Amino acid sequence: MNIVVCVKQVPDTATERKLRSDDKTLDRDAADGVVNELDEYAVEEALKLKEAHGGEVTVLTMGPGKATETIRKALAMGADKAVHLTDEALHGSDALSTSYAMAQVLKKIGFDLVVLGSESTDARTGVLAAMLAERLGTPQLTLANKVDIEGSSIRIQRLTDYGFDKVEATLPAVVSVVEKINEPRYPSFKGIMAAKKKPVETLAIGDASIDAAQVGLAAAWSEVVDFAAAPPRAAGTVVKDEGDGGEKAAEFLASKKFI
Amino acid sequence: MSEILVLVEHVDGEVKKVTLELLTLARTLGTPSAVWAGPGITPDAKARLAEYGAEKIYVAPAGDIVEYVVAPKAELLAQLVADKSPSAVLVAATAEGKEIAGRLAVKTDSGVITDAVGLGEGFVADQSIFGGGINVQSKVRKGTPIVAVRPNSTAPAPAAGAGAEEEISVALSEAAKAARIVERVKQEKGARPELTEAAIVVSGGRGVGSAENFSIIEELADALGAAVGASRAATDAGWYPHQFQVGQTGKTVSPQLYIAAGISGAIQHRAGMQTAKTIVAINKDPEAPIFELADYGVVGDLHQVVPQLTEEVKKRK
Repeated sequence: MNIVVCVKQVPDTATERKLRSDDKTLDRDAADGVVNELDEYAVEEALKLKEAHGGEVTVLTMGPGKATETIRKALAMGADKAVHLTDEALHGSDALSTSYAMAQVLKKIGFDLVVLGSESTDARTGVLAAMLAERLGTPQLTLANKVDIEGSSIRIQRLTDYGFDKVEATLPAVVSVVEKINEPRYPSFKGIMAAKKKPVETLAIGDASIDAAQVGLAAAWSEVVDFAAAPPRAAGTVVKDEGDGGEKAAEFLASKKFI
Repeated sequence: MSEILVLVEHVDGEVKKVTLELLTLARTLGTPSAVWAGPGITPDAKARLAEYGAEKIYVAPAGDIVEYVVAPKAELLAQLVADKSPSAVLVAATAEGKEIAGRLAVKTDSGVITDAVGLGEGFVADQSIFGGGINVQSKVRKGTPIVAVRPNSTAPAPAAGAGAEEEISVALSEAAKAARIVERVKQEKGARPELTEAAIVVSGGRGVGSAENFSIIEELADALGAAVGASRAATDAGWYPHQFQVGQTGKTVSPQLYIAAGISGAIQHRAGMQTAKTIVAINKDPEAPIFELADYGVVGDLHQVVPQLTEEVKKRK
């Protein structure tokens, strides 16, 4: 089975994240880049499916040169090879153009299954998997906390507000996973060393039949008009519980008309 | 005034609160038309939609719309966008609502904005990004603006609309029927409101100490008519089901009131609740970062403070 797992390099949540003042896009230099956490669960699930059903796991990422760090991590975990879509023309792409560009690459490299995290910790749009399924015309099996494959049929549990839906489809398909699905493995020393020898194919937009007029900041379907740091929350009242902490909290809630 | 489509969220024939919020918001920018996808609309539901301003109610009663994952609803909306040329489409910024918005954007070649917390003239949307650290205004440049609005962003207010019903038939494509829902498994939740759309959320964390002790959190939530949330530490420990996790890898909530009990307030948790209007924290560690956010904090043992608070809430009701 040919599994492609999409990973994204995002700014580390633990560091300060900013937008650039010039073009209002993410400032990638301001914070350390890390693998989007939910994508690690996607890599783990791809590796598990490969272990159970055979085949190959390809890592796909779109992003600047620095994003190779993200690829290395996925390869060190056990993925077989990687494709890195990188081109200055992609800078500032929104979800629509990103899904377009990635769908073009997926069509070029082929797949039985695409796996990705349910959202990224930076933009948190949560739309990419749905957009890829729409563009590729393949089933959308998103928000999965369990994936089972048998022959060419695939079943997932899709997490919902009331519990979960059991969903079935036929491969090829697009799957997005939630954190509950598994426990990502740590790369072993052997894995880290082996990753250095694994093939990484670098593609520019022309290599994947991506129309320059459909990607990048100028082509984006939406734009940031303005932004500003959120005003800090005013310091609140903190009291020590002297046996009446609950009563005091109730008084506060009453003063705000919550009770 | 121009027509704005509002996709109705409904469960067992009942309209969810977020839809009333969207209708209220849509009224400030145009004339709202409610879109009911699937069977099960009731006279009560129609009356509710009209009460909050729906001039029209498009009903697409075909059963297969709800038998497949997301795609049919996007297809229905795309058909309505083509037929009615609305000035915008609003959906709830729930996990499914955002996915519908995403597919609709591709289908209609339109820009999409997710997680709006406000919407003004020209459909300029307010967003709160990076866990509430930056406020952004953004707008759609191409096509019909598609905006997923976060629950609790607008206070729902009634203002009667005509509620004229129009039945819509939609022939689903084969692609829309690719992922079939074979079973819906409902897990215990009782009468509590939905986490992401609750006006009040009471969350428990590591300090709760065990699955059994979550009953303390639930009792306070029930006294307040609130939803229950949990930090990742609590869901990872198996004390509370994963779908109630608030934070970066869980749900984002924006309630009027958020009560965090036994939660330290790590950045990953803050990313999921920082836009709550009022925050109350209870934690025995005076250094816990959650106190930096809290409008009111109690340094103390939640096992004492929370039951006392619950009693007081019941007394005052």
